Amino acid sequence: MTSTTGNIGSETGMEMTKGAKPAQLEVRGVTKAFPGCLANDDISFRIEPGEIHALLGENGAGKSTLVKIIYGVLQADQGELLWDGKPVKIHSPHDAREMGVGLVFQHFSLFETMTVLENIALAMNDVRDMAALRQQVVEVEKTYGLPLDPDRHVYTLSVGERQRIEIVRCLLQNPKLLILDEPTSVLTPQEVEKLFETLRRLADEGCAILYISHKLHEVKSLCQRATVLRGGKVVGGCDPRAETAKSMAEMMIGQKLTAPDRRGTRNFGDVRLDVSSLSLVSDEQFGTDLKGIDLKVRGGEIMGVAGVAGNGQNELFQALAGEIEILGTPDCIRIDDKPVAHFGPRRRRRLGAAFVPEERNGHGAVPDMSLSENAFLTAFRRMALSACGLISEVPTRSFADNIIKTFDVRTTGASAEAGSLSGGNLQKFIVGREILQDPGLLVISQPTWGVDAGAASAIHQALLDLASKGTAVLVISQDLDEIFAICDQVVVMSEGKMSIPRPMAEVSIEEIGLLMGGLHDHEGDAPQMAPAHIEGGRVDQA
Amino acid sequence: MIRLEPRRQHSQAMVYLSPVLAILMTLFVGGIIFSFMGKNPFDALYTFFILPISNSYGISELFVKATPLVIIAVGLSMGFRANVWNIGAEGQLTMGAIFGGGLALYFHDSESMFLLPAMFVFGAIGGAFWGAIPALLRTKFNANEILTSLMLTYVATLFLSYLVHGPWRNPEGFNFPESRPFPDAGLLPIIYDGTRVHLGTAFAVFVVIAGWILLSKSVIGFQLRVVGKAPQAARHVGFRQKRMVWFTLLLGGGLAGLAGLFEVAGPIGQLQSQISPGYGFTAIIVAFLGRLHPLGILFGGLIMALTYLGGELAQITLGLPNAVTGLFQGILLFFLLACDVLTKYRVRFGTPVAKGEAI
Repeated sequence: MTSTTGNIGSETGMEMTKGAKPAQLEVRGVTKAFPGCLANDDISFRIEPGEIHALLGENGAGKSTLVKIIYGVLQADQGELLWDGKPVKIHSPHDAREMGVGLVFQHFSLFETMTVLENIALAMNDVRDMAALRQQVVEVEKTYGLPLDPDRHVYTLSVGERQRIEIVRCLLQNPKLLILDEPTSVLTPQEVEKLFETLRRLADEGCAILYISHKLHEVKSLCQRATVLRGGKVVGGCDPRAETAKSMAEMMIGQKLTAPDRRGTRNFGDVRLDVSSLSLVSDEQFGTDLKGIDLKVRGGEIMGVAGVAGNGQNELFQALAGEIEILGTPDCIRIDDKPVAHFGPRRRRRLGAAFVPEERNGHGAVPDMSLSENAFLTAFRRMALSACGLISEVPTRSFADNIIKTFDVRTTGASAEAGSLSGGNLQKFIVGREILQDPGLLVISQPTWGVDAGAASAIHQALLDLASKGTAVLVISQDLDEIFAICDQVVVMSEGKMSIPRPMAEVSIEEIGLLMGGLHDHEGDAPQMAPAHIEGGRVDQA
Repeated sequence: MIRLEPRRQHSQAMVYLSPVLAILMTLFVGGIIFSFMGKNPFDALYTFFILPISNSYGISELFVKATPLVIIAVGLSMGFRANVWNIGAEGQLTMGAIFGGGLALYFHDSESMFLLPAMFVFGAIGGAFWGAIPALLRTKFNANEILTSLMLTYVATLFLSYLVHGPWRNPEGFNFPESRPFPDAGLLPIIYDGTRVHLGTAFAVFVVIAGWILLSKSVIGFQLRVVGKAPQAARHVGFRQKRMVWFTLLLGGGLAGLAGLFEVAGPIGQLQSQISPGYGFTAIIVAFLGRLHPLGILFGGLIMALTYLGGELAQITLGLPNAVTGLFQGILLFFLLACDVLTKYRVRFGTPVAKGEAI
């Protein structure tokens, strides 16, 4: 397969004339305009059967629109789609599934209160006998190495496990083309490698795969061909195996990338966040209890919390942010030496703490409120945006405008609804909102999940700058590259426990990988686990 | 097979047009119903919707009827915004009338100018008290406020019935189940001579403006909206849901109580076993008709008030049953909800089949 598709790159539109085997999917001159924005501008490319094809581009480059057109969610204004060489009209996702297109969404569309099996059944086009479906599910899980208990309720699952449901759901339909949108954001190196094995096996069986990711070293290790979008246009194609992550990133954003600037050696100040013996019984049925967490973050320090999803990171975040009640002594969390464990979020914020949760929509921001209102949401006390119980419109708006300007949030303005922003832009807005409040402590969960390279490096730089001003920063992340790129120290969470902190300079990816797996005591006889793609170089440091 | 398919982007204009559409369809279906009843539909609709407001007295009556609807609906809409479903405004209205009216009866020979303001306070307290019970049950025991507030309505109306049949019955009233008439000092002043438009109507306008400021300009209104739209975000920033339950039920109850007091201290002038033709329930429709927005509620209140007037007139001139009023209100709510559903979803016929084959 690779021999025929190795280096076609940008002249994809011409392929049909060569009389070769028809592409699984060919996109020809697809154009889609939204009011005030040309999302897709004459896009053409093709995906062969059995090919793993990367779609690269920054947020707003038009990837999502293109995927929606292929999946029948949107209709192109111009241009056509060819499936197996024949023009097709895809009117709905239902049509797309019938044809053999499977899509794993970036944001999962799952019913939290239903079981894995029920969620899968809901997505099937035709209703089947549940016992037979269970059989099929178990089989697919086994064949492709996707362990998942069909009877678990979705709300008890980690993000990584939820993604597996989506993948299994697609595989059950025997897709000829599988589209994955940012699939690895939440996986450990080991899980990523497992997913890649699954994908390679699928490709070997002749399934075409369209892989959308910002993690360029993954694209490099997985994909045979890439199409790069910028501003709604195809700006080029390449063979990722022949490129560096840096060169591809630069192609995406159309300019040179700079590595995060650490501004020389850092001086750490006093301990600003002091967690001691924090234990917590999760109030969710399958949540993770926290067991005796000890953690100190000094001013100017960026502490990373690594770990596989669902090992207590959510509970830790909620405990620090004051979202859940803590029954222990007020002493077990101290901010700037004040016991705060019994305080709610507002009093903690008044002491100078700021928090950015993992989920943007509905947790960090209210999607159907304007950016102004979302700026007000967490900042109204610290930035004095209210007077006599009324919202002060002018300062609120100028604060929102300031966030938009300082953090280069691409939007129509402060009155745009938060939900209308792309993931990366909304994340920049939320991070900016907290940073501009000049916090003494920032706790941030998954700062760049689902965010493109340009936005991610902007957020990383902002965190580094914040720390250099003396703020203590705690970064909870499942992205090891990120932790390596910005953190001074790292701790690993596993089953609700926390490892002792290790300076970033002394720790290896292997060691962290082992700690993530919970092998605290058996470091000696652990298997070789460092996956090759992690070593491929990190975009931000390349 | 008929399916509802969510619309990917729903029209913002339709959100505001759907009440208009619902009203037009109500008129259409109403006309059909009238013709089935053997009436000329155009005459009947004219009698129902135009005749009542064809003279200045009719218009003044429209304001009188709209007053309690608007006051109650503004209060309810605050709760609905925060996902607090207070269905028991009718009971809170009744309790307000009992508390405030009770004060007027206790001081039935008073001429003090302080009596009326004191009645306002008691009326509001009575309604808020009746709203506090579901709030307590919800926050302490997680009992569903829809059920508790609704059930308390029947308790309140039966309590009023007991009072006017027993202890509070007018000793000079020939055994009618009515209280003494309120003293003059306990009656609302008429603000427009020759009509029944009373001080409460002015208060309703004030409530609309205050409600609008509260909802869109105040920090607490902001909290209400966040709690309703994104409970997790509310928790994240420390807007406590329990506090919103208390606030909205006390506010909604207090306003309903005031509306009840205005009825007994205004158009009625005494306590009777029946003091409201279901204003507390109709206000729920008004709240949704007005898109849970105080200004919209003002218009919604006027429209629903018209159905009361039209119903009365239809009884008198056309000999139609009083149930026609309820019928129209029901049809209107039905179409309103249907329009809302269709704004968010589209109807698809036929079983799902593939349409994506090669051409």
